[in-house]
Amino acid sequence: MADTPLLSMSRVEKRFAGIPALSGASLEILPGEVHALIGQNGAGKSTMIKVLTGYHRRDGGTVTFAGEPFEVHSPHQAQASGISTIYQEINLVPLRSVTENICLGREQRRFGLLDWNAMHREAERLLSTFGIRIDVRRPLMDFNTATQQMVAIARAIGFSARLVIMDEPTSSLDDKEVAVLFRVIRQLKADGVSVIFVSHKLDELYEVCDRVTIMRDGKTVRVADMDKIDKLDLVSAMLGRDVGRSDGHATAFAERQRSAGEIVLQAQNLAAGHAVRDVSFAVKRGEIVGFAGLLGAGRTETARVLFGIDRAQAGSIRMEGQAYDPKSPKDAIGAGLGFVTEDRKLEGIVPELSVAENLTLALFPRISRRGIISERQQRELVESFIKQLGIKCSGPGQKIRELSGGNQQKVLLARWLATHPRLLILDEPTRGIDVGAKGEIQRLIRSLADQGLAVLMISSELEEIVEGADRVFVLREGRTVAELDGEAITEAGVLDAMAHGHSHQIEQVAS
Amino acid sequence: MKRRVDMRVLLGTYGVVVALVLLVAFGWWRYENFLGMFNVMSVLRYNSMFALVALGMCFVIMTGGIDLSVGSTAALGSVAAALGSHYGIIPGIVGGVGAGLLVGTVNGTLVTRLNIMPFIATLATMLAASGAALLLANNQSVSISYETGFMNLGQGNIWILPIPAVIAALAYVAGSVILNFTSAGRTVLAIGGNEDATNMMGLRTERIKFLTYLASGSLAGLAGVILAAQFGAGQPIEGVGWELFAIAAVVVGGTLLTGGMGSVGTTLAGVLLLGILFNMLNFENGMGWISLSAYWQSVIRGGFLLVVVIIQARLMSKEAKHVTS
Repeated sequence: MADTPLLSMSRVEKRFAGIPALSGASLEILPGEVHALIGQNGAGKSTMIKVLTGYHRRDGGTVTFAGEPFEVHSPHQAQASGISTIYQEINLVPLRSVTENICLGREQRRFGLLDWNAMHREAERLLSTFGIRIDVRRPLMDFNTATQQMVAIARAIGFSARLVIMDEPTSSLDDKEVAVLFRVIRQLKADGVSVIFVSHKLDELYEVCDRVTIMRDGKTVRVADMDKIDKLDLVSAMLGRDVGRSDGHATAFAERQRSAGEIVLQAQNLAAGHAVRDVSFAVKRGEIVGFAGLLGAGRTETARVLFGIDRAQAGSIRMEGQAYDPKSPKDAIGAGLGFVTEDRKLEGIVPELSVAENLTLALFPRISRRGIISERQQRELVESFIKQLGIKCSGPGQKIRELSGGNQQKVLLARWLATHPRLLILDEPTRGIDVGAKGEIQRLIRSLADQGLAVLMISSELEEIVEGADRVFVLREGRTVAELDGEAITEAGVLDAMAHGHSHQIEQVAS
Repeated sequence: MKRRVDMRVLLGTYGVVVALVLLVAFGWWRYENFLGMFNVMSVLRYNSMFALVALGMCFVIMTGGIDLSVGSTAALGSVAAALGSHYGIIPGIVGGVGAGLLVGTVNGTLVTRLNIMPFIATLATMLAASGAALLLANNQSVSISYETGFMNLGQGNIWILPIPAVIAALAYVAGSVILNFTSAGRTVLAIGGNEDATNMMGLRTERIKFLTYLASGSLAGLAGVILAAQFGAGQPIEGVGWELFAIAAVVVGGTLLTGGMGSVGTTLAGVLLLGILFNMLNFENGMGWISLSAYWQSVIRGGFLLVVVIIQARLMSKEAKHVTS
């Protein structure tokens, strides 16, 4: 391998509205290497890629490509310079034909006009390298996600780029298609093309990558040869944990007050789509069950199945002893479930409405008579929750957007608590909340469990899982690979299961 | 993969052609002289202005945008053309098209550089162009020159074909070639299908969008030239509601109002369909059996539009289901 790097990004800075997304990040790609870029959600991988492709403008740092200073201000320029990108969300135009999606931007012309026959042939030729034969004249939306992903890849390699960036290209592919993709990657490598490969599936990284760059909190924390770093080191570097170190108490979770009761919800061998393949777990009354796993392990997707947003394709769920197969969130709420989603802004709050209105949105049918909301009832309910959860606001009438992240989260919690759920699913309950408020939310979750609520908590923060959960299920690539209980819940144990898919310290998943 | 008959292509694209043929057949059966030379040529002559405006609108809508300013732009163009006609045919054309280019440039700049929503941006220029037309014309019709031959642009013939219809036909041929056989044309459709993706694919979305507003403006200006030549005067208060007629013709022609899918040829069919409906109403009144006021044409056109939009919505939701299954 040559010594001079093809791409070198150093001390790259990027801020969004004053908040740093990248601070001194670096990335170096050698010619003809397959380079893994990994990190947790929010580590800065996508920002790094978008800075490189000119989608975002960097605030600082230097980039050199092929020995020259590299300044691009649009994806168009990046592509013209030899950098092709396959984005995580498939970025194609569903209404247009497969040929157009592959060939737009480097059309073939005859007498100055588009030569459709040549373009159709070119599209067919590129797809045939993946063993795909389809009618390229049809709109892209006629084909399934995996085919669309392959079309995106065909488009990228069709540009005869020197660097191909693949941002989680395998998330919608099955094993056979992944094998085809890897063959293409090796072919690219043999042709001297470099590949940046972003993925959360560790086995894939070891199979196809030469080197790895690990990012965390907008910084590059480690660069290593793939064959010199083991999975545990990889995961620890991503999560920022030293495996050998034992921690003091970092979160506000107290020990639980009482032992867990009977099983509230039990799921067996759940499967849905590519993300959930075989998930089994149980949650008991009065306990906090933690879902640990890397990004893309299938945690949120499992929660979506439980809440009736997505349908399970296989497996069974029992809620309080009854067979449970929710077809919509309404079914789930009726059965006694609540779901505080990961993204408050997108799915939770209505920013322009008041605290009271946000809190009672889901309750309108119950507190209204013939469509008229009883203000007295609403105010009593809201005031009791404001007191109970310690929501800091000027009053029930304050607009929720004026509240801090932690207090918004409490309003959302209250919204669900007001429906009297027996099982509350919390997806990243403390993400984006400042340290002080974090502790309050964590204490609140514990006290809710102590009052008998069953809590299923998804968290990417290791401390939160280790200190907060009474029992932990570790998910890896859509499967529950470990169940940890009581004393067995240690950082080392969870990390080990996340990295290797099994843990030495645990018994098998209860069935 | 089994080969399905594509309902979208059949109904969405050629449905309007079938409807047009049926309507013409009905008119031929019911009215004497409906397909007579005089009637056919006057329908073509009168509707060529609308055809030009609809062609520009078609490109803007295919990117997912809208241009509400085309009616006022045509009025402004007609005044500028009438003023220019006193210096010859070419200055007349340059005046009208130039006024259109000016409005188109403003629209394109507002939408692509300042990121103002097309609806708002072109609503503003619609008001501004209308005011400019009245100012330029001193609040009255502006007579064209009858010495420079300018009026032939609206009233003359080449062989038996009305000149405005020939101009419109040439514009549609050019528009169809651009849409189907140039990368700019395909990019127009890609932008309407998914603008963000098209940008990420490294295509110049801003530039192409700018060009569609420029095209729409200049075609509206050209329509203004023909308007002035046809009626012998620049008409600062004409053009009211043209934008809605153009949008209706584009949508009846099977182009998705959200962009991403459309056709130039069926837009022309949409213009003719709506134009012939109006023509038939005149025949109906001429027969004297029933008396339908001109207001009925709007009701009937509106009904047509609704039917088309409902069919589009149903076809699209069927597609969506097909994809997820």
